[in-house]
Amino acid sequence: MNKRTPLWMRPGTIGANILVLAVSLLAIFPLIIVLVTAFTPQDETIAYPPELLPSTWTLDNFQGVFDRIPVWSQLWNTIQMSVGVTAISLLLNSMVAYALAFIDFKGRGLLFGLLIATMMIPFQSLLIPLYKMLSEFGWIGTMTGLIVPRAADVAGIFLLRQFFIMIPKELRAAAMIDGASEWKIYWRVMMPNATAGLLTLGIFNFVGNWNDMLWPMVMTNSAEDRTLTAGLALLNGTAQGVIPYGVTMAGSLISVLPLVIMFAFVQKRFIEGVATAGLKG
Amino acid sequence: MPLQQQGHPGWTPLRDRIIVTTNAVLDQPAPDGAGQAPQKRRSGRTYNFQRHANRTGWLFAAPGLAILLAFVFFPAGYAFWISLTDSSGLNKPTFIGLDNYVEAFTDADSLNAIWNTVVYAVAYTPIVIAVALFLAIFLNRKDLFARGAQRTLIFMPFIISMAVAALAWSFIINPNTGLMPYWFSKIGINLPDLLNDATWAMPTVIFVAVWKNFGYFMVIFIAGLQGIPGDQYEAASLDGANAWQQFRNVTLPGLRPTMTYVIIVAVNTAFQTFDQIYIMTNGGPLRSTETIVYRVYVEGFSNFNQGYASALSFVLMAITLTIGLIQLSISRKQERDLV
Repeated sequence: MNKRTPLWMRPGTIGANILVLAVSLLAIFPLIIVLVTAFTPQDETIAYPPELLPSTWTLDNFQGVFDRIPVWSQLWNTIQMSVGVTAISLLLNSMVAYALAFIDFKGRGLLFGLLIATMMIPFQSLLIPLYKMLSEFGWIGTMTGLIVPRAADVAGIFLLRQFFIMIPKELRAAAMIDGASEWKIYWRVMMPNATAGLLTLGIFNFVGNWNDMLWPMVMTNSAEDRTLTAGLALLNGTAQGVIPYGVTMAGSLISVLPLVIMFAFVQKRFIEGVATAGLKG
Repeated sequence: MPLQQQGHPGWTPLRDRIIVTTNAVLDQPAPDGAGQAPQKRRSGRTYNFQRHANRTGWLFAAPGLAILLAFVFFPAGYAFWISLTDSSGLNKPTFIGLDNYVEAFTDADSLNAIWNTVVYAVAYTPIVIAVALFLAIFLNRKDLFARGAQRTLIFMPFIISMAVAALAWSFIINPNTGLMPYWFSKIGINLPDLLNDATWAMPTVIFVAVWKNFGYFMVIFIAGLQGIPGDQYEAASLDGANAWQQFRNVTLPGLRPTMTYVIIVAVNTAFQTFDQIYIMTNGGPLRSTETIVYRVYVEGFSNFNQGYASALSFVLMAITLTIGLIQLSISRKQERDLV
């Protein structure tokens, strides 16, 4: 290859650049539509021919969202559920992972097998028994009901175990000599050393729960108890014939904006995390 | 070795000695017999150490394990019991044996849903993998304009919810008010009413899933590509291999573990498709986009046929289990091949 030719002038490069740029635009296009339509007057969203940009910008759609769904309580539910599941599952998953990675206890193989079997059960196939169980407990429509059944997950346990086993075992041995209890070794020595893994899993769980629609939809009865993502389904009512696209896009924007802002801060870590999770799978 | 550590013969610092002991215990494979401590003859201390390890190990695992047993393992068994009854969620269920399963495999609607799900998975998986791999190879090139920024853009659809993605695409492809049919009509292509056309609805929901996930798989593929040593490509090009031959003989074999992971994730998520069906098509038109999970939802929570819906859930579980077992055997084989 001729290294003196500027990179962008090399044959094939321009074609590749155009192609990838087109894909990038396709990836981002619906998000731009959400953003723009959220501020487009309702009559312009159903006008023909459709225009990319509105003639005037409006905030009416957001008023429409607040009229149709209890946005604030749904947003609060979303935050509670995402933060709750993420925090609790990081703790419980890391404890199991710690035991698997460091403690040579009797029955470890049994536990391993049990976890692998559990991993193969799709959560969607448990909706009905879980609904019955939560009804029995009186947990339908409660935050406890949304969080507790998700407080541990096998994929998370295995991911953290992968991070733990990369930490030298001598570290644990040395801490033992210094008289540290097992809990102290876990909390003070190993957890700080597995920050990358914890962050990756934490972001994954947070995004996953924020975006989940089916679980909060099934496990709540009233709009007040739902999360925003599940609440969006309520905006899309086709009963009146015309879907109020301005309002649905405004609602969509409210539900994705916090995530997009968070993503702006952690995108590098998150993308790296996805990559390592793939390599470790 | 520092002078002061060379005490009388046979002396080693206390610290080193204990580390050796603990390491010896740590490196032991888990003992098979109950209370069978390794190196029993040594002293009571080692024995206690093992007993202590047994207790702390299970104590650490207990909270997480309790959640998994209560909310995954138990409901899986419970689902099986419900599937053997005529439970509606409101009545007092009676045992009806395998009737629900017989119905699941004879009822046209359920067979249709199973078939749709298989079609969805079989179409979605290779498409999303091909697109993601193709993009990964491009975005791994150093001569690309704003490479990092474009990676982020392509990854963006993965972080938004499928609900929002489905709403946005429904609007974009709306035959009356959407931009896409309008733009296509300008270049002389008349798009059908994609979501209300029994032929096009399924390809459309698959397209939305591909659009949402190709960035995710692309990122995984890029990491896999970067794990392939560059000298393999050098050797191949010295041997006169062209780009395609290099792809076939260096890239693809180098990506094999990544590929296994990606296929499993793609197939599994495909079998669990619900969100965009619920928002975009409600299973229609003419049930052409009804998937297993969608049908479980409708039967279980709208039609109150919870026994029957549980039988369908179990079919889903069986499919996922089969895929999981295949995954296990493949990764075992790969590990063997590596050794």
